[in-house]
Amino acid sequence: MDFYTTAIAQGLGFAALAIGIFISMRVLNLPDITTDGSFTLGAAVTSIMLTHEYNAYVCILVSVVCGALAGMLTGFIHTRMRVNALLSGIIVMTALYSINLVIMGRPNIPLIGLQTIFDAIKFSDDIFINRMIIFLVIAVVLMLFVNWLLTTDFGIAMRAIGNNETMLRANGVNTQRMKITGLAIANSFTTLSGCLIAQYNGFADINMGIGIVISGLGAVMIGEALMSLFNAERIIFRIAGVIIGAVFFRLILGIALSLGLDPNYLKAVTAAIVLLVVGIAGIKNYKLRIEN
Amino acid sequence: MIKLQNISKTFSPGTANAVKALQRIDLNIADKEFLVLVGSNGSGKSSLLNAIAGSFVLDEGKIFLDGTDVTSMKDYERSNFISRIFQNPLAGTAPDLSVLENFRLAALRTQSKKLHKGINNKFKNAVAEKVSILKLNLENKLEQKMGTLSGGQRQALTLIMSVMADAKIILLDEPTAALDPRSSEILMQNAQRVINEFALTAIMVTHNLKDAFQYGNRIIQMSEGIIIKDLNSEQKSKLSLLDLFGWFE
Repeated sequence: MDFYTTAIAQGLGFAALAIGIFISMRVLNLPDITTDGSFTLGAAVTSIMLTHEYNAYVCILVSVVCGALAGMLTGFIHTRMRVNALLSGIIVMTALYSINLVIMGRPNIPLIGLQTIFDAIKFSDDIFINRMIIFLVIAVVLMLFVNWLLTTDFGIAMRAIGNNETMLRANGVNTQRMKITGLAIANSFTTLSGCLIAQYNGFADINMGIGIVISGLGAVMIGEALMSLFNAERIIFRIAGVIIGAVFFRLILGIALSLGLDPNYLKAVTAAIVLLVVGIAGIKNYKLRIEN
Repeated sequence: MIKLQNISKTFSPGTANAVKALQRIDLNIADKEFLVLVGSNGSGKSSLLNAIAGSFVLDEGKIFLDGTDVTSMKDYERSNFISRIFQNPLAGTAPDLSVLENFRLAALRTQSKKLHKGINNKFKNAVAEKVSILKLNLENKLEQKMGTLSGGQRQALTLIMSVMADAKIILLDEPTAALDPRSSEILMQNAQRVINEFALTAIMVTHNLKDAFQYGNRIIQMSEGIIIKDLNSEQKSKLSLLDLFGWFE
């Protein structure tokens, strides 16, 4: 029981990250890998604020704002300085490693005994169940929020960015500013995830973000594969798919570890899962094209 | 309505590939005029259209739209005055958004896109009414993804989208170049109807001399970045299709 609740809770904690990746990769169609840095940024800000006895809710708010700033920086480098999107992300991610280290002051900060959101809210006396329910509530709130956002007039314009930029400019949208805003939103979700996962794990570590972008992408792709089975194209289903994908991803990793996988192979397994999903999708598309 | 003052543009200046796309062009286009622009490839007619739309920065000269100096305005800012129909019939619409969502963006062309849900039944009915002008039976396909429609249907919808928000000027860049003959004909008839009904000032670039002959009340021929022929409404009405073919020999 604990094994599954832990995996599900972790997955739900990573749901915000997966939504962030969904926004950058799918909605904006920009390969943004600021993620590795901004995920740790959320954890770094949270850990240092918690140890200074700030309220856990304030930590969440500050993390989200910091993520937005990181995303804006990537967006600025990409749109105003005309640097390739991938490279812009790498530049900011690299710089963030040092910034995170400066914020934290040391590579690892334990949060044992500090007041986290899990101490602030009590749904259940079982500590594992309680954490899972808190994450579930947060994930559902995020899902409803993103669904609302993407169906407003602003959201429609944002979705058109990754689709047809020429059309959007002809209809009076400053596409550069829209990209910056979009990356700010995407990265604020990522830092939120870092903030939640640090509180869940009970520590922040300077290396916790390394390779995290790939698990977010894996979640998005698993979610899409699942939703394509049901032909569910509405935005709310796509976001739900992303969240379910994040949980699935953690469950698969959890099962692999419980079967006795050497934790050293964890990243390799992560990469293999993503490759599997991407590969199947690619081959399926190719076959579809040939058949038509 | 549109005033070009001595505008010039050279692409890749100072290199062997330098192209003098526009050379000191002066042009006045009156309100509700429907100007047809013809000329061989590389004559500068598309550059003229793009200069008005603000796709690039001019080397010299000024552009006024409806009395406002727009020379330093970006393309998305000039969309307050201008709606555009592109040569590529897919360029005017976003394929993964629904038809209705595409129309919502077009309806907000001159406004900012706010955190507000704008698609409701009232909006849907208004779109259905406008789309019915086309007589293409697209009214019941408003919830579909734009990408599921054909190029001709999408180009026709782009036309209606262009008048969703207050429009004064419409720029058509070879609107039928990628369409089959029947779709072309329907599109041009619809274009004429929209231009009349909404009292638009229109500029159309075309290689189709039949369209150039049949539509518009002024015709200009360009060559190597300058205007070499300019016929007003009366002169154009006396022009025969054969004369027009003669321009290109």
